[in-house]
Amino acid sequence: MSTTLTPAPVPGAGAQKPRRASAGRLDPELILASLPDAVKKLDPRIMVRNPVMFVVEIGSVVTTVSAIAHPSVFAWAITAWLWLTTVFANLAEAVAEGRGKAQADTLRRAKTESVARRLVNWPASQAEEEVPGTALRLGDHVVVEAGQVIPGDGDVVEGVASVDESAITGESAPVIRESGGDRSAVTGGTKVLSDRIVVRIATEPGKSFIDRMIALVEGAARQKTPNEIALNILLASLTIVFLVAVVTLQPMATFAGAPQTMIVLVALIVALIPTTIGALLSAIGIAGMDRLVQRNVLAMSGRAVEAAGDVNTLLLDKTGTITLGNRQAAEFQPAQGVSRDELADAAQLSSLADETPEGRSIVVLAKTEYGLRAREQGELAHATWVPFTAQTRMSGVDLAEADGLHQVRKGAAGSVSNWVSANGGSVGADVAQLVDGISAAGGTPLVVATKVAAAPAKVLGVIYLKDVVKEGMRERFDELRRMGIKTIMITGDNPLTAKAIADEAGVDDFLAEATPEDKMALIKREQEGGKLVAMTGDGTNDAPALAQADVGVAMNTGTMAAKEAGNMVDLDSNPTKLIEIVEIGKQLLITRGALTTFSIANDVAKYFAIIPAMFAGVYPGLKHLNIMGLHSPTSAITSAIVFNALVIVGLIPLALRGVKYRPAEASSLLTRNILVYGVGGLIVPFVGIKAIDLIVQFIPGLR
Amino acid sequence: MSSTLAGWLQALALVGALALCYRPLGDYIAHLLTSAKHWRAERCLYKVVGVDGDAYQRWTAYLRSVLAFSVASVLFLYGFIRLQNHLLLSLGVPQMSPHQAWNTAVSFTTNTNWQSYSGESAMGHLVQMAGLAVQNFVSAAVGIAVVATLIRGFTRSKTDRVGNFWVDVTRICLRLLLPVSIVFALVLVANGVVQNFHGFHDIAALGGGTEGIPGGPVASQEAIKELGTNGGGFFNANSAHPFENPTGFTNWLEIFLLLVISFSLPRTFGRMVGDNRQGYAIVAVMGLFWVASAALITLAESHHSGSALQAAGGAMEGKEQRFGIAASSLFAASTTLTSTGAVNSFHDSFTPFGGGITIFNMMLGEIAPGGTGSGLYGMLILAIVAVFVAGLMVGRTPEYLGKKLGGREMKFASLYILTTPAIVLIGTGIATALPGERAGMLNSGPHGFSEVLYAFTSAANNNGSAFAGLTVNTPWYDTALGLAMAFGRFLPMIFVLALAGSLAKQQPVPASAGTLPTHKPLFVGLLSGVVLIVVGLTYFPALALGPIAEGLH
Repeated sequence: MSTTLTPAPVPGAGAQKPRRASAGRLDPELILASLPDAVKKLDPRIMVRNPVMFVVEIGSVVTTVSAIAHPSVFAWAITAWLWLTTVFANLAEAVAEGRGKAQADTLRRAKTESVARRLVNWPASQAEEEVPGTALRLGDHVVVEAGQVIPGDGDVVEGVASVDESAITGESAPVIRESGGDRSAVTGGTKVLSDRIVVRIATEPGKSFIDRMIALVEGAARQKTPNEIALNILLASLTIVFLVAVVTLQPMATFAGAPQTMIVLVALIVALIPTTIGALLSAIGIAGMDRLVQRNVLAMSGRAVEAAGDVNTLLLDKTGTITLGNRQAAEFQPAQGVSRDELADAAQLSSLADETPEGRSIVVLAKTEYGLRAREQGELAHATWVPFTAQTRMSGVDLAEADGLHQVRKGAAGSVSNWVSANGGSVGADVAQLVDGISAAGGTPLVVATKVAAAPAKVLGVIYLKDVVKEGMRERFDELRRMGIKTIMITGDNPLTAKAIADEAGVDDFLAEATPEDKMALIKREQEGGKLVAMTGDGTNDAPALAQADVGVAMNTGTMAAKEAGNMVDLDSNPTKLIEIVEIGKQLLITRGALTTFSIANDVAKYFAIIPAMFAGVYPGLKHLNIMGLHSPTSAITSAIVFNALVIVGLIPLALRGVKYRPAEASSLLTRNILVYGVGGLIVPFVGIKAIDLIVQFIPGLR
Repeated sequence: MSSTLAGWLQALALVGALALCYRPLGDYIAHLLTSAKHWRAERCLYKVVGVDGDAYQRWTAYLRSVLAFSVASVLFLYGFIRLQNHLLLSLGVPQMSPHQAWNTAVSFTTNTNWQSYSGESAMGHLVQMAGLAVQNFVSAAVGIAVVATLIRGFTRSKTDRVGNFWVDVTRICLRLLLPVSIVFALVLVANGVVQNFHGFHDIAALGGGTEGIPGGPVASQEAIKELGTNGGGFFNANSAHPFENPTGFTNWLEIFLLLVISFSLPRTFGRMVGDNRQGYAIVAVMGLFWVASAALITLAESHHSGSALQAAGGAMEGKEQRFGIAASSLFAASTTLTSTGAVNSFHDSFTPFGGGITIFNMMLGEIAPGGTGSGLYGMLILAIVAVFVAGLMVGRTPEYLGKKLGGREMKFASLYILTTPAIVLIGTGIATALPGERAGMLNSGPHGFSEVLYAFTSAANNNGSAFAGLTVNTPWYDTALGLAMAFGRFLPMIFVLALAGSLAKQQPVPASAGTLPTHKPLFVGLLSGVVLIVVGLTYFPALALGPIAEGLH
């Protein structure tokens, strides 16, 4: 393992607090800007995709014809408000799309036409030719140097460079991209800030990451998701039921001696069919994707967002998700007869040249706990640094002192013991006890030993390296458990260590010493039982598992293969975000359900407004149904239609923002939502229609 | 003892008896639907018919069997009725017209038992026994068989097989309907229901002249008429006739019989899906509607307004003095909520609201508890709709008993809830638009409209009771109502079977804390609300022009 390179700063990770799924403002300017689009969408070829609103549009046409034939204030009022109802529905969709468009424009700017320096016969020769970025094909190699824009998506195959990816991620700190390993993927449109890299192009022109992002946020690639289709079917069938109910009402009304005008019948149809949810349904879907984009997550399909709401099992990588990226030195435990300061001094000495986070944490601990100033490497001119190698599994320093060679070593218990034995020393039982104790507690023991001149080597003590669980993780896992989601921690640690961390973090289960095959097997096993699995991954060896998982979130820092395999990409490369993604998926479904309930519950009040208005003339007893005390038949029907149109506008912000969601078990969520949207949906229109009637009754021609 | 108190005691005894039967009967039906063992008699039957009793069918094959069996039944019954005057025991009744014979054949095959004829003057004993009574058994069995496939849709996974129609129907007839009917036919005989092969006896009437007293194998048909939620009376007066329903006890027993299977099937459901609480939730919704409906009808009928009603102590017109308001109301609620359609009083004479509730009961779709089998599948479809909307509100793709409700499932559920209202409303709309058909109404105005609405509601929902007052033995009504019955029976069955097939293919999703619980009081309330709102919204305009307009002065 090479640890010479400082890991790229992961933008947003750590510093970013877990955010709740919400946000998303409604800008009045955006509404105005979207109006022309809303009118354009009146095209029947577009409207027909939304059966409920298509019926409203046909109704609007019918009333228009009817109002021209028999003009009256009432006829024109109803006609106008029916057209408004249709426009409002389109407006909801246009506003939702508009927010994506703004994002797409920013992205387009990144997609400037670039000139690529294609390597003709790499690696055999370094000969290059200049071609337009659009001419690049899969498998081409290009060279990019400091100050140049990477012409297409691909993997770095030679070199290392710092890259400015702010065009995509919005994060200004540069990231490191290097050949080999899991940080090799670069994205077209991003800029190399330093050094020189050779990139193998991995996408065909027009299918690059940015192209797909633009298509996604603009909604061009939007397809109806399975759940949306199912809901549409239910809404269509309700629409048909109400159509039948109203069409057959006319002969019944004629029989009763009260035939109704076309205007009134159309008004009744529009009032009854579920226009509220029909109008907002696609806006809800678009806004759901948009909420992900705002969190810098790109979902490749709406299906993936829905699946996120259904996830039963979360596979979370320990490192970076549950624990802070790296283990940290927590304590120095000296061997018998050794003072703590002596141990701390040796530990610090052995770690000065160790640039791994663990090594640095030892120096920090020595300074904060024991006041040992970090000696500069230059101070020790006579030192020879012994780097960590996979063979020795130790690192340290050799100091050429006056009395001979002082050697300090630190490393895994086994390796250091061997070194001590080989140098004439022996490891005491107390040290073995310390090592076992730390292992059992889930920590990693690093043994420190010295050999001064010709004296036998001896163990000074043990450094306790500890995984630090991120703050607030336990609470999050508790929340997830209440939501019915099981969390499984994935780690390369041994089972003992894994268990200790799993217990501390409060995850439900763990997979220790995990290989990519183990991960894959675990996912398949969970899916076998009908569960949906979500995971994050970044490496090429994660790709099969990402593809197998129902929700696979690839880190943007990861390889191209991982990004292709997953169905979401997190531009911030923050594995904790998986939890937010699940919440957004749930919020999307809840918003649909809540507005459907609201929409249907609304019908009750509309009946009480319209039926007495239609028939109280012939059957005076039906006056008793006018419990709102509406002024007159025309004012009652007008008020119901106006309410129906206004409620769409009123609910656009809710559709875009999503209903409030807090993690809880199903029963309490349901109780709350039924109370708010079911019972609320029953009561609100009574109040609303009455209020509108109080105004409408003063309009001449409607009283 | 006042009649109100008697009514309460009868209702309480009914609840007690039904509760006692819930577990054993439900468990027994679950057992006979799942047992791998065939009776020897059954095995012989399968051999004769050429059916492999151990092989399950795909939903399409099951559907073909249902339809083939039903079409054959209609044709057979039609021929039987048309030819009966050439056969034994015909009692010299005249040949029935083709349209009335079509109507009757469809009516008995679809478990509707709408009767546009008068039993004692149009049917001989042989047709009653070998034609109509046979359909009483098998049409009830078909309903239970179809709901069995829907339950199997929930219990089975990754398969396209939902059951074997021939095995299901044979077992339900042989192991359930026949033995229970025989026992209760004997009980009815013991309590005074007639059972003989006599024709009319002429006897001297008290006021001079002669009266014809009919006879016939009544008790044997009466038991299955109620048990199989059929409702087609041996006599025109149905269960108001003293030879069909002589005493207060037989009246109570008949109500019990027409409720007992449908109220026990939720147990079968719970048992088969491996969670009895699911059954309790469903039966709670059914019970809620039944209790509310019986109470409201009783209230409407005993509400005194007008001097004639006050003198009689309630709306006694069209009701038997033997039974009184309470027992008549209980019978009316039970028969209209179960797709039985037997009557012991005449719903046309009920108060506007009382009669309106009987119409509303049928409009619920015969689900509380509904017809044998058909009641449960109707309720389960509404449960699926309720779960779909509520499931979204807990933030998951909706799932019921571990099966996801996706586009395909919602398509069939939506078509189901669409079909019956469409038939009722289109039929009523056409009837009110045709000048000739309006003449069939006895009354004008909202009450006349209610008569037509009742007829189509009863036919499309396979209830079979009549509001009376409407002359339906005309070619138009016989044909139209026959079509309403056929479509109202078989279109929903197609959707239920398709749904069962689609559910059976799925792999179940394990339940977790995030799953919508479908066994808690919250779900009972939710499902009740969905039933009320879906039905209420669909039929409100029609009801407003009928019973509501008549009832609100």
